[in-house]
Formats: sequence, C-alpha cells, structure tokens
Amino acid sequence: MSLFSKENGEVFTSPLNLNNPITVQVLGICSALAVTSQLKPAIVMGLSVTVITAFANVIISLLRKTIPNRIRIIVQLVVVAALVTIVSNVLKAYVYDVSVQLSVYVGLIITNCILMGRLEAFAMQNGPWESFLDGIGNGLGYAIVLVIVGFVREILGFGSLMGFQIIPDSAYVENGGLYINNGMMTMPAMALIIVACVIWAHRAYNKDIA
Amino acid sequence: MAKLNTNGNAYTIIYASVMVIIVAFLLAFVASALKPTQDANVEKDKKSQILAALNIRDIEDVEGKYAEVIKKDAIYGADITNGAKAETGGFAVENKNITPDNRPLYIAEVNGETKIVVPVKGAGLWGGLWGYIAVNSDGETIFGTYFSHESETAGLGARIGEQWFQDSFKGKKIFAEGSEDIALSVVKKGKEGTLSPDNYVDGVTGATLTSDGVNNMIKDCLGMYKDILKINK
Repeated sequence: MSLFSKENGEVFTSPLNLNNPITVQVLGICSALAVTSQLKPAIVMGLSVTVITAFANVIISLLRKTIPNRIRIIVQLVVVAALVTIVSNVLKAYVYDVSVQLSVYVGLIITNCILMGRLEAFAMQNGPWESFLDGIGNGLGYAIVLVIVGFVREILGFGSLMGFQIIPDSAYVENGGLYINNGMMTMPAMALIIVACVIWAHRAYNKDIA
Repeated sequence: MAKLNTNGNAYTIIYASVMVIIVAFLLAFVASALKPTQDANVEKDKKSQILAALNIRDIEDVEGKYAEVIKKDAIYGADITNGAKAETGGFAVENKNITPDNRPLYIAEVNGETKIVVPVKGAGLWGGLWGYIAVNSDGETIFGTYFSHESETAGLGARIGEQWFQDSFKGKKIFAEGSEDIALSVVKKGKEGTLSPDNYVDGVTGATLTSDGVNNMIKDCLGMYKDILKINK
C-alpha cells in the first residue's frame, strides 16, 4: 500500500469533517470550553494537541504488538503524560511568554479524551504511518473547531482578534457609540452554546451523519 | 523468534518496570537539559517585571537595562536600626519567602532620581497575585506599578495585568495626610468614602474580588515595608 493511498487519505480527512472529534464524536469538549475565550490560546492549544496526538499515536502504534493487554491504558497514559511534560518543558524554555499565557492548559492536554480515544481506537490496531495521519487529522479537526469558537468568542466578547482591537473604540458606549462587548462570551457557558451551534450547522450541512 | 506471551504476569511486570525506568530517565534528562534555559527565562521575566514597575516597558535588552537601572537589591531584617541585613541578594529571594524578617528591596535610579521598588504578593479570586510597586524617594508617592496574576478571569480580573490599570496608580500617595497607616486603596467606583483622591484608584469593573485582592495585597505588603518607607518620608 502506497504512503498516500486513497485509504490513508481518508484516515487523514475524515476526522476533519465527517468524523470530527468534537462535532461528531463529541470528545474533548472540556478543553474546547476552557481555552477558547481568545483566539491565540485556542490556536496554540490546537497545535499542541495535534503534535502530541500524532506522536503518541506513532509511539503506541510501534509498541502495539508488545503492550500487555491488561495494562494497555496505563501504557498509553504514560506515553501521553511523558510527551505532554516534554512539550511543556520545551515551551517553557523556548517560548516562555506563550507558556505563561497557556499556564495550566498544556498540562491538561493529558486529560483530553481525544488522545486516549485515538490511541485505544486506532493506534492499537494500525501501523505507524496510518496512526500518524490519524493523529494529525484528529488534532486538526479539534483545532478547527477551537479556532471557530475562539474567533466568535474573542470578537464578540472583547471586540478584538489575536489581541488586536477590531471594533473601533469610537463605536463603544463609553465613547459615545452604541456598542457594548458581550461579557457572556467570556464565560465558558457561551462556548458550549457556540459548540452546539457549530454542531447544528455541521449536521445541517452533512445530512448523512448518523 | 518464538511468539512472546504478552499476557503473562512476569512479562507485564517487567514491561511496566522497564517502561517506567525509560520514561523516568527521559523526563529527567529533558528537565535537567532545559533547566538552565528555563531558569534564565524566569529570571529575565522577573527583571522585566521590576523594570515595568519603573515604567520601563517593552524593551529588548532586559538584562542590560536592569543592570543599568537597579543599583542595589538589598535584604532588610525585622530590625532596621542598622540598615539592611544584606546589601545584595534580594533578587534571589522568592516571593513566597518574603517575611517581616526577610524583606527584599530594590533601589533603582531612573533619570537621576532614586526610586524604591517594593515587591508585593497576595491572593486574587482564583489564585495568587504579585507585583512590584516603585515609590519615589519621598517614601510615599507612587512612581509606577506592575501587577500580574496566576489565573484571574480573562477580560475581568485579568485586566489588573494591563497597563492602563497599573498606570492609574502613578502619582498616588501611600499615606494619608497626617496618618501613618497605609491609605492607598483600590475601591469600587462611588465607594471611596472619606478617602482623598490622592489615596485611591478605581477597581476593575466587574472584578470586585480581584480588585479587593489587589487592595489587600497593597495594604499587607506596603504595611510590612512601612518602617523602611517612613525613613525616607
């Protein structure tokens, strides 16, 4: 089977759309609520999860024939925890300001259900290359939703994007305009409602999702 | 090669032990290899926070500027009749180790004027708060402040980390006229009571508990440094 066969293409693209981890499998919701009040942490979180899912998938896939069945979940957890610790250390050493901004979120990647879900459901049965594609695909599928939610919440909640003010200052009530930032958008509850809207739109568009 | 029985007890135990040892060594290696870079980052971050309190923000060469501006990082004990306990080493004192008998104080010189930088620490709504307050050599007029936080709410309490809030302290007085108590406060708009406009700043709207945290932090920590500030007053 060639590296870029049709099957492998599907492994990569299906989590982006028809099998999206958040909108279809409804995994990883907790972190989608926690880190999306602004766009930048949402993007960094999406990328970190993509990298960690991909590498954890590859490692577990390489080890899959040796892992004792009874402790496989523990082995998966150890691999994920080790990777997360390494990523968090690297961030602290080379992009200190980003790591300060993400604070506990990086550590919380360990608890992201997508990772364990993909390891258990895919990497334990498939080869390293397919597992790598699957990890990248699922990570990006997660990242897309995070970015959409982060985009909506930051522009409505803060009037800015990536920290740059988008809605002009003169439009605000305190400066004589008519606009007020929606404080609700900075609360996690609104993320849940936006995720629900994304799921609704996604399903209305793809009628064949069960 | 004979097929391994991957379900046996012995195999499982050996597998787990080997895995744990490998991972432990790997993590220990990564952590110790990156430690010097991380420590340098933390140190640089602390220096840039102290400089921010002195209204020196967004500069490239933090180390150089710090060495140029900060003249002394002394440590004061509980008894200050003989001056500082140590003339240097205040920078190495971590916030959690600041006690009435172990008080770091930075003496800076900005544009030819002496400034005193006092470290402050406290608790906000969700986690710790800390910062630095730079005071003029009169021992009571605020020259500049810097505050940061562990995990205050984004868009509300987290705004104490923004410059407009920190700048609102500039020119305020720590003590009220004819009083020796710390008067400098962070109050809700309209709740300033009998405070003189020189002695308070407005809290962050919608973040009363974080603003109260900053208020208590200022009262506690400046209170702890009162004797040193008063010498200069």
